[in-house]
Amino acid sequence: MARMDYSGVAVCVPVTVPYSRYSLRSAHWFCGRALAELIKGAGIVKDEVDGFCIASFTLAPDSAVGLTQHLGVSPRWLDHIPMGGASGAVALRRAARAVQCGDAEIVACIAGDTNHVDSFRNTIASFSQFANDAVYPYGSGGPNASFAFLTDHYMRQYGATREDFGKLCVAQRDNALATPHAMMKRPLSLDDYLNARPIADPLCLFDCVMPCAGSEAFLVMSADRAKALDLPFAEILSTIERHNAYPDDPIQIRAGWAMDVDGFYDHAGVGPGDIDFLQAYDDYPVICFMQLEDLGFCAKGEAGTFVREHDLTTGGDFPFNTSGGQLSVGQAGAAGGSLGLVESIRQLTDQCLGQVVEGAQIGLASCFGMINYDRGLCTSAAILGRSGR
Amino acid sequence: MTTRLPPPGKKDPVARTRAPTQPPGNRSREAQGLTAMAAVGRFALQVCADCGQVQYPPRQVCGRCLGDDLPWRDVDAMGTLLAETKLHHANDLFFRDRVPWRLGVVGMDAGPSVVAHLAEDCRQGARVKLSLNLDRGGHAVMNARPENPGPNQEDDMQLRELSMDPKDRRVLIVNGKTELGLALTNAFLTAGAREVYVGHGEPWKASPSLEAIKSLDHVTLFPLDVTDTDSVEELAAVLGGKVEIMVNNSYHLRPGGAVDRMDMNITREEIDIHYFGLLRLAGTFGPPMRARGADGEHGACAWVNVLSAYAQINNPAFGTYSASQAAARSLAQCLRAEMSSGGVRVVNAYIGPLDDEWHQMVPPPKLAPDMVAGRIIDALQKGREDLAVGAVAEEIAERLAENPKEIEREIKL
Repeated sequence: MARMDYSGVAVCVPVTVPYSRYSLRSAHWFCGRALAELIKGAGIVKDEVDGFCIASFTLAPDSAVGLTQHLGVSPRWLDHIPMGGASGAVALRRAARAVQCGDAEIVACIAGDTNHVDSFRNTIASFSQFANDAVYPYGSGGPNASFAFLTDHYMRQYGATREDFGKLCVAQRDNALATPHAMMKRPLSLDDYLNARPIADPLCLFDCVMPCAGSEAFLVMSADRAKALDLPFAEILSTIERHNAYPDDPIQIRAGWAMDVDGFYDHAGVGPGDIDFLQAYDDYPVICFMQLEDLGFCAKGEAGTFVREHDLTTGGDFPFNTSGGQLSVGQAGAAGGSLGLVESIRQLTDQCLGQVVEGAQIGLASCFGMINYDRGLCTSAAILGRSGR
Repeated sequence: MTTRLPPPGKKDPVARTRAPTQPPGNRSREAQGLTAMAAVGRFALQVCADCGQVQYPPRQVCGRCLGDDLPWRDVDAMGTLLAETKLHHANDLFFRDRVPWRLGVVGMDAGPSVVAHLAEDCRQGARVKLSLNLDRGGHAVMNARPENPGPNQEDDMQLRELSMDPKDRRVLIVNGKTELGLALTNAFLTAGAREVYVGHGEPWKASPSLEAIKSLDHVTLFPLDVTDTDSVEELAAVLGGKVEIMVNNSYHLRPGGAVDRMDMNITREEIDIHYFGLLRLAGTFGPPMRARGADGEHGACAWVNVLSAYAQINNPAFGTYSASQAAARSLAQCLRAEMSSGGVRVVNAYIGPLDDEWHQMVPPPKLAPDMVAGRIIDALQKGREDLAVGAVAEEIAERLAENPKEIEREIKL
C-alpha cells in the first residue's frame, strides 16, 4: 500500500525555552513554559491544544500523564515517547497523522529536560538494563565511551581524520555565534578543537555535547487552522522512523536512515540534491558523518571527503546545523532530538533567531537516539518544505 | 608488552590512604549468571537451546527466535578487537581514581559484540581472548587480552584490579607450620610475594615444616593462636596494616560424628578453631584490610579461606568437623559481603582430603600440599572466588549441583 502523504498538515510556532547549564527548575517547568510560549505564539488559549506528544528523561516519577495535571490540560490525544534524541521527527509524524485523522486538532510536541547537578547521574543510572549490565561496569558512565568506539572504528575503517571532524565542529560554532540561546558562543578554531583536552580517545572536549536544561517545542495542526490563525507554517514532505536497524553489524557504521532512505525521498518527491539545509543529530561528530552517508549526501565512508569539499556554515554551499547544533547550543536532554526540527521550521517560516539560509525551500531534519548498549537504536528524519513554495 | 610495575616503596606515613570505592554494581538478575561463571573461572554465556544463538548482554528471551530456554554454556572466548578507547575522564568515582582506563569492543567469534576491559598491549584489529573476571565489587566483567600475552602481562594495572596477584604483596598464612602451610609459603614466594608472615600456634611444638620455614628469606614467624582473642588482637596490632593477602589455613580434623562419638571437647575445639577462629581474625584483620583495599597498586586484595569440601555437604565419618566447616563457610559468605565495600575479595578454596596423618584411614585420592597451594595461587592470579581443589572436591561440587539428596545419602568419599 502506498504511503499516505501529509497534505493539509501544518508545522508551526517553533519555540525554544532558553538553555542553561544547570537549573533548579524541574522538567515540568521547562515543558510548561514551552506550552506557554506555544499558545502565546499561536494566539490561542490552552484548552485549544487537544493533543500532546512529550519527550523527557527527567520528568520521573511522572510521565506525560502526570504532566497534564501539572499543566491543567485535558487533551484527547496524549503520547509520551521514550526515544530521546530521535523524538523530534517521531513526535512530528505521530502528531501529523492524529491531525489528518481528526483525532486531535492542535498537537503540541514538547521535548524538554532539566539539568540539576545530579540529573545526568540519575538519568544514566536508570537508562537501560544492557547499559547497567554490560557498559557502565567498564567505566563508561554515559555515552562518551560508546561514541569513542564508533569514532575509533570509523576513522580506521574509512580514513576520516580528526581534522575532518574538527572542520564540522568549527563550522557549527560559526553558525552558533548568532544564535541567542547557544551555550557556547566563543569562536572555535581548528587548533582549539585539535588541542582540547582528551576525554575518551579519540574524542576530545569539543567532540562532546554539553548536557544542559531547556526545551524545544512546536505545534502541528491543519493548514486551514494555521491559515485561520495567520501562522506561518512549514509542510511535511516525508518522515521516517526505525529502531534497532542492522542488529547483525558487529559495530555501528550505519543506522536506520540507511534502511529507509530510498522510500524517504520517493515519498517526499525530492532527492538529496534538492535539500537546502541539513539539520543532523550531532551529539558527537561521527554520527553526523553517518547521517551524511545514510541520508544519501555521499557514499558510505566518504563523509570525511564530503566535509573537506563543502562549506558547512549557514552561508556556505551546504548549510548544516544552522543554529550551531547541540555541539554548540547544548544538549537539553530529549530536547536535543527536536533542536534541528525546530530550527528547520524557523528557517522555512522566516522566523530565524540566528543566521538565515537565504532562499531555503526544503530542509531535512534528522534525529538519533538511545545508546541502549553498544549503538544508537532509534533513528528518525523529516523533510519539510516552505508552504506554497 | 606490558609496562613493568615498579616494586612497592616505603609508604609515606603522612599521605592520605585512598578510600576504597567500587565499580558500578547495579546488575540485573540475568547478569548475575555471568558472576556465577566468573567465580569459578568459566567463560560461559547464555546459548539458546532452540536456535543456538549466543546471547550477550544476558537476557530472558532469545534475541533471535524468542525462545526462553537459555542455559549457560561454555563458548569460544576468541574475538577480534573492533574498537578501542582510553578514558581520560570518568564520572564514576572508582574509575575517576584510576583513569586513564582502556576499553574495547570485541566482536566475538561466537557472535555477540562485547564491551570489555582492555589490556595495555591490545590494538584495534588484533585477535584477543576474553575472560570473565570478578571486579573489585565482586561482579563479573569481560576482560580482553592479547591472544599471546607478552612479558609482564600480570603487571597490567587494569588486570591487577581484577586479579588478586600475590606479586609484590604481603601475605599472612594462619596455621602456617603445617605441610600445607609450608607449601603455601613456598608458592607465595615463587609467585613474587614481597613478604610472607607465618602465624603458628603451640610454639613449643616442633615440626619439619617449621624448620624449613625458618630457613626461608622474606619469611617471618609470628606466634598466633586463633582460639585466643588476645593473641589474634596482638598480631593484628602489629600486622593488620601490612597484610594484603590473608590466608586462613586453620585446620583441626578429628574423625567422628554425633551419635557414634558424642564428644563435646573435640566438637568445641573444632568450632573454636574453624568458626570462632575465623570470627576473631575477621574482627581484627578485617577492618584494616578493608581500609587498605584501594591503597595503590599493592593494596589489600584478598582473604583466602582454606575450607574442607565437607563444608558443603556433611561427611558423617567426619561429622562434627564437617559441621564446623559449614559454619566457617557461612561466616565466610558474611565476610565476603562485608569486605566487598573495601574491594577486598574473599576466596574460598574447598579442598578434598589431604595426604596427612589425620586422613590415615581415608582411601586415596588424597591431595599433595603443593598441588593445593598451586591451585590457590592460580585462583588469586586469575581472580576466582570459589574453587574446588582435587578430584573429591570437584566430584562433590558436581554431585551437589546435580542432586543434593543423592550425595547426602551416598557421600562415601
